[in-house]
Amino acid sequence: MHSDHDHHDHDHDHDNHYSDMQARVLALETVLTEKGLIDPLALDAIVETYETKIGPRNGARVVAKAWADGAFSEWLAIDATSAIASLGYTGRQGEHMRAVFNTNETHNLVVCTLCSCYPWSVLGLPPVWYKAPAYRAKAVMDPRGVLSDFGVALPQDKKVRVWDSTAELRYLVVPQRPEGTEGWSEERLAELVTRDSMIGTGLARSAGEVAA
Amino acid sequence: MSQCETVSPLAGSPGLPVSSEGAPVFAEPWQAKAFALTVHLYERGVFSWAEWAEHLSREVKRPERAADGADYFDAWVAALSHLLAEKGVAEEGQVLALQHSWQRAAEATPHGSPIVLSNDPQHLPDAGRRGGV
Repeated sequence: MHSDHDHHDHDHDHDNHYSDMQARVLALETVLTEKGLIDPLALDAIVETYETKIGPRNGARVVAKAWADGAFSEWLAIDATSAIASLGYTGRQGEHMRAVFNTNETHNLVVCTLCSCYPWSVLGLPPVWYKAPAYRAKAVMDPRGVLSDFGVALPQDKKVRVWDSTAELRYLVVPQRPEGTEGWSEERLAELVTRDSMIGTGLARSAGEVAA
Repeated sequence: MSQCETVSPLAGSPGLPVSSEGAPVFAEPWQAKAFALTVHLYERGVFSWAEWAEHLSREVKRPERAADGADYFDAWVAALSHLLAEKGVAEEGQVLALQHSWQRAAEATPHGSPIVLSNDPQHLPDAGRRGGV
């Protein structure tokens, strides 16, 4: 068994909800698309440009603090929602966060097909591939295949755990701290933390990849 | 990311929250989407920078807005809605009906499936609009 899948109690099917603002922006987009006033590709490109501005640096700071500060790391493991909120990053929809830590034995990977199930407050906009049905299906059936698509090769004896996000509970992967980073400041450590490493489709950058 | 960024004059919208490097920052994806829509429509010449600035300023200055700017992007979306209505691009009634339709579609979509407008139980494919969604 190379993976196990975390099962939730789905005691209701209706865990999707759009706020007035979310729905209004979609409504405007729908009207504009129907009128041919927007080019979806150009719009995607603009969103991609700003993707890096809303979130992943927040998550990187959370991970860097966990690497540098043992007490914060323990807090993050026990109550990620509060630990993350203490750094000023809170979801407005009251969703709960759970941090899953990569270890020598286990690698964690997060999936969900819906952008509504993405930890925006720490990771920003979901990448386009994350929303693709193919990604979710393959991540559940063949997580090692997905990792290999992203160029990540793990030792055969390392277990891969797949976590399925819901609207109420969202996951942040804490990648393993790269070797050779002893004594680094949190700011410098945060440079090593990529968005993909916090979803589990990547690893943290190695110490040599960041200019001294 | 090695993307070449072009800075739109819209990035200098009154009161826009920006990072230490001067780039716009967003708390939620819909805010980035609203920003991107506005940038795109401006670049396509649907409205001018002056028209946008005027509408946004009016919304931001409304007395009921939060003093700390927490609802800045609510004001942004309101300004965009008014400007598009004024231009005859999107009628308020039509936008509001679609807004409610998206909300019903979300509620009706089970976890794990993409939310599409046709999931709205009251969705009428030919309700006076051209084309499907």
